[in-house]
Amino acid sequence: MTDTLARPIKVLIAKPGLDGHDRGAKVLARGLRDEGFEVIYTGLRQTPEMIVSAALQEDVDVVGLSILSGAHMTLLPKITAGLRDQGLDDVLVTAGGIIPDADIPALEQAGVSRVFGPGTTIREVSDFIRDNVHRREE
Amino acid sequence: MTDSPDAPQPTLAERARSGDRRALARLLTEVENRTTKGEEALRALYPSAGRAHLVGITGAPGSGKSTLVAALVSEARKPDAPGGPRPVAVIAVDPSSPITGGAILGDRVRMQIHASDRDVFIRSMASRGHGGGLATATVAAAAVMDASGFPLILIETVGTGQSEVEVAAIADTTVVVQAPEMGDEVQAIKAGLLEVADLVVVNKGDRPGAQRTASQLRAMLGGGRRGIHGPPVLITTAATGAGVPELLAAIDRRRAEGALSDEGATRLARAEAEVRGALADRIGRRLDEPELADARGAAVRAVAAHRVDPFSAADALLGSVLSTTEHRAGHR
Repeated sequence: MTDTLARPIKVLIAKPGLDGHDRGAKVLARGLRDEGFEVIYTGLRQTPEMIVSAALQEDVDVVGLSILSGAHMTLLPKITAGLRDQGLDDVLVTAGGIIPDADIPALEQAGVSRVFGPGTTIREVSDFIRDNVHRREE
Repeated sequence: MTDSPDAPQPTLAERARSGDRRALARLLTEVENRTTKGEEALRALYPSAGRAHLVGITGAPGSGKSTLVAALVSEARKPDAPGGPRPVAVIAVDPSSPITGGAILGDRVRMQIHASDRDVFIRSMASRGHGGGLATATVAAAAVMDASGFPLILIETVGTGQSEVEVAAIADTTVVVQAPEMGDEVQAIKAGLLEVADLVVVNKGDRPGAQRTASQLRAMLGGGRRGIHGPPVLITTAATGAGVPELLAAIDRRRAEGALSDEGATRLARAEAEVRGALADRIGRRLDEPELADARGAAVRAVAAHRVDPFSAADALLGSVLSTTEHRAGHR
């Protein structure tokens, strides 16, 4: 038996916090679908607990967080800590939305691998994911 | 979290069976990717499966399947549910792109209220080119959840048209969800989806026409080969929960009526689908091996040139598969 079947990368696209704007997240989800990813989309106003639970149950390779509310310094570290607590240290975490440059080092310190700003192309995101995702050896 | 091969750690299958949700999630990935590890785990877990009630939820896109699944989960998890709250697992299948292989799996949007409940486990699956409204590994994934202690497993199919009836072959109970005013009486007597329903649900029951749609379905579905009653037709409003306790009760009655018996038609149909699926998979994988690659390539070229017909080519390849498989049957 061989294990060489093509295995799509699974990405959770989640919207933590209370802002009601998910156009960007939906465009990204659609774009990643077109790049051949399996994208799980969970909708608006997700708590860190909901996002961690979805990442665990779906066994995703990547969690992409879209946040425009300004609460990123509170919510994103809670999510990365929650993922670590559940043993999901090998999941690649990225963020996008409205995040000031000054906040990026602290978020990277908290475990966010990359923060994508406005104007990022789908191709930049998909290339980053393919280059940095941790695939489990079987 | 990596399993070291030299330390005597419990396997993923053992950990999943003892309630480790992370292990269950990882095992489902192995099963979905149809890896050797996944197959080994399935072999180990298979004797512990067979206890769960597999309920297929199918119907047209937009009929409210996801919302209804979420409502059924809430109902089964109510502290005052008859017989107490029970663990529930969900498999939600969405289509893969035939072009890129990518997929948007969006059924969780309606199910996120159960995130903090560890006895609710929801897994999305992309169909990955499999037709029929399911993914190839759906039955295997359900078996893993079953062995991991979920007595109720809801399988939500891709939004279906009229003929994606595969779910009926693998589910103990098939629930066909309709929305009001989706078609006239002739739609109800066409062959296909409604024929395989064990229960018919008219969802969005607060919309005008729900009662009329249910009456029409009752009139048209009764009296056929399946007996004068036809399948029960229930009305639900999943968004408010109205009618959902009655639906769960009707699902549970199926067990009392013997629908889950090992000798029953539904279980035999599922076993048949599993054996045939495994057999087709075995043959397909053998054909991909280097040993047979040349023979396969030659056969394909001969058929393309119309020198050989596809049936003769298939017979010859099947002969090669069988003769080269014989000697390895021993070391499984």
